[in-house]
Amino acid sequence: MLANEIFEQLKAEFGEAVIEYNDKQPADSYVVVSANGLFEICHRLRDKDDFLFDYLMSLSGMDLGENVGVVYHLYSMKHKHKLVLKVAVPKSDPKVPTVETIWRTADWHEREAFDLIGVHFEGHHNLIRILCPYDWEGHPLCKDYETPEFYHGMKVSY
Amino acid sequence: MSEKKRLDLEYSQLESDRMRINVGPQHPSTHGVLRLEVEIEGEIVTEVVPHLGYLHRSFEKHCEKMTYPQIIPYIDRIDYIAAMNNEWPYVMAMEKLMGIQIPEKVEFIRVIMAELNRIANHQIAVATFGLDAGAFTPFLFFFRDREYIIWILEKMSGARLLYNYFRIGGLAGDVYPGFKEDCLNIVKQVRKTNAEVMDLLIYNRIFIQRTANVGILPADVAINYACSGPVLRGSGVKYDLRKDETYSIYNRFDFDIPVGTGEVGTLGDCWDRNMVRVNEMEQSCRIIEQAIAQMPDEGDVQSAIPKRIKPPVGEVYMRAENPKGDLGFYIVSNGTDKPERVKARGTSFVNLSVIPEISKGYMFADLILILGSIDIVLGEVDR
Repeated sequence: MLANEIFEQLKAEFGEAVIEYNDKQPADSYVVVSANGLFEICHRLRDKDDFLFDYLMSLSGMDLGENVGVVYHLYSMKHKHKLVLKVAVPKSDPKVPTVETIWRTADWHEREAFDLIGVHFEGHHNLIRILCPYDWEGHPLCKDYETPEFYHGMKVSY
Repeated sequence: MSEKKRLDLEYSQLESDRMRINVGPQHPSTHGVLRLEVEIEGEIVTEVVPHLGYLHRSFEKHCEKMTYPQIIPYIDRIDYIAAMNNEWPYVMAMEKLMGIQIPEKVEFIRVIMAELNRIANHQIAVATFGLDAGAFTPFLFFFRDREYIIWILEKMSGARLLYNYFRIGGLAGDVYPGFKEDCLNIVKQVRKTNAEVMDLLIYNRIFIQRTANVGILPADVAINYACSGPVLRGSGVKYDLRKDETYSIYNRFDFDIPVGTGEVGTLGDCWDRNMVRVNEMEQSCRIIEQAIAQMPDEGDVQSAIPKRIKPPVGEVYMRAENPKGDLGFYIVSNGTDKPERVKARGTSFVNLSVIPEISKGYMFADLILILGSIDIVLGEVDR
């Protein structure tokens, strides 16, 4: 199934929660959804027979300036089709519902996005840092991040 | 003569406290700096908590400060065992974003390089897996052969492990004279060693008893955890991007996708995952032979490299079949010569996340085997 057909079906079912479809890209097109409807939409994408997106290829956090975004790359083992799903939330309140109960692989990906960008995944069972030390401060992949000078008395920047 | 004393122990009445111990980060069997916090009851593993990040080199942050061609050497260092394969999805993603058509000869050389590196990677994987199980000889056999493969890659790129050979739109250099003969000799040697290892290791009775029915990963769990590569195929899922999402010129070659069969134990156990790697080496040999036969002699490998690499605003996600599984790159371009965001979806990172799920209830010694059968590289886990 093509991405625009999937978008039409999602739009018909979820209405407001599905915001836009962008195919004016040189490479991949994507669907933007709202954070409120994300969990329901993902559930439908995995379980509906026409979609069957059972494979979460990648989950990336993005610093978009005012907002933080999360990008989901989905793939269906049976139908061999793909979908890119995007959600954006304001940096002051970066709350996105977790999808780890839908795709278990999202557990570590979400911890990574929390660690590096600072997206707060609501409902995640163990949202702690994964790549940086557990007591690290700040979220290094943010554009305005400044490297701390010292970490436990050790010089960080070189 | 006194009667032999009988020991009637009620094992269920013995008390054993649960104990939490650390495996790693400095431990030869963790294949890198990985710390596993393991809870054991007697000798049975009840919980595994991996702690990552000891090799975190902030690859993604570095990418945002560098131009697109400057990123390629850093990509080698993600999975330093199979660096040629690493570079491929990145350059493919850039070519897709910029709409570059690359010459046919480049495609052939890329396929041969990637398959040679796949063999080298699987040789390390099978060798160290045998080492974890206590078999030392196959390790030496495989490392001897791998050296010959590395010599070819060194002659092509100038480096033993971190090649920096692929370019966006082409390659760093053409093949050297005698390249085809070298490749065909390697293929012969790989087959010979594999036949020896089959007797020595794979169908060895001790090895089978050690690895069969250990670390069983059911197919649905593997898909839900987004496992890929031999870990997923070992569970019987016929999924290989070279066939399922054909990229480059893989549709021109005749090869099979080996999957786990549960031949000596249960489908999806450590033995199956290891067997998939051994069989894949043979398939890679077949691809190399066909590619060598079809490869055109004439052609410039640098003709399609753009003078200035400045992709349009947009984004692309590209993945390729690495020896360890799908390696994906999500690249967001903002129209300048530096990327807005590069995300590497590390194969080992995702495959490792299944460890807590599949190692519960096995012996502690089996945990090391399960870890070895997943074939992780910590450079890719921590990036």
